[in-house]
Amino acid sequence: MSGQEPVVELEDIEVHFEASGGSLISPFSEPDIIKAVDGVSLEIPPNQVIALVGESGCGKTTLGKTAIGVQRPTGGSVKYRGQDVWEAKDGQGDVDIPFDEIRQSLQIIHQDPGSSLNPRKRVMDTLEAPLKQKPGSESTEVRQARILEMLEDLGMTPAFDYADRYPHQLSGGEKQRVALARALLMDPDLILADEAVSALDVSLRIEMMDLLLDKLAEFDTSFLSISHDLSNARYLAEKADGVIGVMYLGELVEIGPVEQIIENPRHPYTQALRWATPDLSRDSENDLPLRAMDIPDPKNPPSGCRLHTRCPHAREICREESPHLFDVDGSNDHQSACFRTLDDHEYWQSRPLEGTREGSNDGEQPTTF
Amino acid sequence: MEASTKTPDSSVTDPVFEVRNLNVRFDMDRGESRVIRDVNMDIEREEILGIVGESGSGKSMFASALLDAVVEPGVVTGEITYYPTPDEPVDLFDLSEEELRNLRWEEIAMVFQGAMSSWNPTMKIGKHFEETLAAHDRDIEAGMETTRQVLQDVYLEPDRVLSAYPHELSGGMKQRALIALAMVFEPNVLVMDEPTAALDLLMQRSILTLLEEIQEKYEITMVFITHDLPLVADLADRLSVMYGFQFIEVAPTDGILEGAAHPYTRSLLNATPNLGASVEDMKSIPGETPDPVDIPDGCAYHPRCPLGDDHCEVEDPPFHDAGEDHRVTCFYWDEAEEAVPFTLHNQGDTE
Repeated sequence: MSGQEPVVELEDIEVHFEASGGSLISPFSEPDIIKAVDGVSLEIPPNQVIALVGESGCGKTTLGKTAIGVQRPTGGSVKYRGQDVWEAKDGQGDVDIPFDEIRQSLQIIHQDPGSSLNPRKRVMDTLEAPLKQKPGSESTEVRQARILEMLEDLGMTPAFDYADRYPHQLSGGEKQRVALARALLMDPDLILADEAVSALDVSLRIEMMDLLLDKLAEFDTSFLSISHDLSNARYLAEKADGVIGVMYLGELVEIGPVEQIIENPRHPYTQALRWATPDLSRDSENDLPLRAMDIPDPKNPPSGCRLHTRCPHAREICREESPHLFDVDGSNDHQSACFRTLDDHEYWQSRPLEGTREGSNDGEQPTTF
Repeated sequence: MEASTKTPDSSVTDPVFEVRNLNVRFDMDRGESRVIRDVNMDIEREEILGIVGESGSGKSMFASALLDAVVEPGVVTGEITYYPTPDEPVDLFDLSEEELRNLRWEEIAMVFQGAMSSWNPTMKIGKHFEETLAAHDRDIEAGMETTRQVLQDVYLEPDRVLSAYPHELSGGMKQRALIALAMVFEPNVLVMDEPTAALDLLMQRSILTLLEEIQEKYEITMVFITHDLPLVADLADRLSVMYGFQFIEVAPTDGILEGAAHPYTRSLLNATPNLGASVEDMKSIPGETPDPVDIPDGCAYHPRCPLGDDHCEVEDPPFHDAGEDHRVTCFYWDEAEEAVPFTLHNQGDTE
């Protein structure tokens, strides 16, 4: 989306897991395969904020972990500044950037900072440990001074007092700041945050998101945010002039600039998410704009377009063919994986499925299964 | 001197609950923790009341008190009167254990936060319904008829769900089945504490829609407790906002959205990320929520309030009349609009 070389480039990523459980009943049957991520490509340019949105089980967390090199994909490639991340790890080919350096450049802030901080370590020890691993170590004084400065920078004053505390002596917002400090101290090119603010009280979320955005700009860091909450995603992405990507059952179904995704969503699933997001207007339609309330079993996703079992516009072609991302209105800034994006697609000649708006059983209650 | 009152609910004409001088205290090592403070509240029959508050505002404790279910060693004082019919008051704190057990679930049902995990993993969903019916001495066959009906009301397929183990259902399905289980005796009141908290947005909104349908069909009173104001705004007839273990503002939902009169409510609206407001207008609320062991004197919000002055530091404001059926505990409610600007940006639906 921009001319600069991406920090991270994901190409046709597949992450397939063998599902556990169920094998007691028929131990000789083939294990179920869960396609957590199935054929997703995504470029993360420098200084870009990308907010991935989707429901639990859509693959957004798995995709995020793949982007920072902690989840090995079963297909496709992940590149950091042109270097294939897993070739670097395995020592294959000419490795220009060592794996350790890649991992340091790609940092994560966990969903629940409480559980990602060691309860028996003081803040200073937690923050010092990864810095000691860095090659060309600084002296202890320099290192600790840098940590104190960072804490102060993140509003944790007096910094020496906070540095001396254990995690249980910190509030939720303060733990989140320590997690942010730990990531920033590595001087990363990309930070992944999984539900960074949803554990915080409502009145603190904006402040935390503003702090994050300030620091990202200051440190020239790209940001991959993962959330089920379109309101938070929109806040982060809109303030940073970023992008929102929407995932459904392992696939990226729509991506584009914030105002396009919020005001002009093109994929029926994005439209449903938009519908589900409260906007205080109280005049929104009550009826779910999908034909079914529940997500299909990810072990056995629908054929063709994965939304076709719930989509109000599904036609026969949607059951048979899987749409790739199409440019919306001729611009590759905004893409939607729905045949309806194209005016001249053969979708328009295909027969509507039964139970859809255009299909024969219109006016029916949404079905549940 | 303008009108002010201790009870926020002159609009309530046919109460199903009357709460008077409710206090809940816990003795802690650090001192006495006051987690409900002098609360008065009426709940109208067949209304959907949304109770909104951040963590540590007292909202879950209020829900527990409505079922006389405050856990030991909590000390509850005050009165809660439950009216199954208008002329049949029941003093909730005067019931025997047996009477209370019958009242809960059969008349006042509750769906708790994180209750999806309350299903026994080794027992089929149908068995949970049967055991519940048996525990309340109901006819199983007739009860299972009702069960199938309420399962359909929550958009579940009875045959499939009743024969499933909990782990075979998604989070949204388990939560809907739990609402069905709460509805199995067709109660008068359904109290829900964050019933959609762990669920995805689409499922949250779908559940709100079906709750609205259930309310209309069974004509029950609903109390919906949440930290998420925009979420409950779509459902509730009335909203009441909690801060510092008290109700601070009570009004019809539109009254709150269009003319919130408490500085805290206005700041909370500004702090809540929502698609209807511009990102430039959203702001956090500086400061911290009060510690129940050390609640500020006077108005509990005064240390964070832009309008707080000497008066607010010493005197706890009673309810003031801020419009039709609109009550607010702030001396300076008529200055709140100017001090904390908030405008509702109405925007059209998608499509």
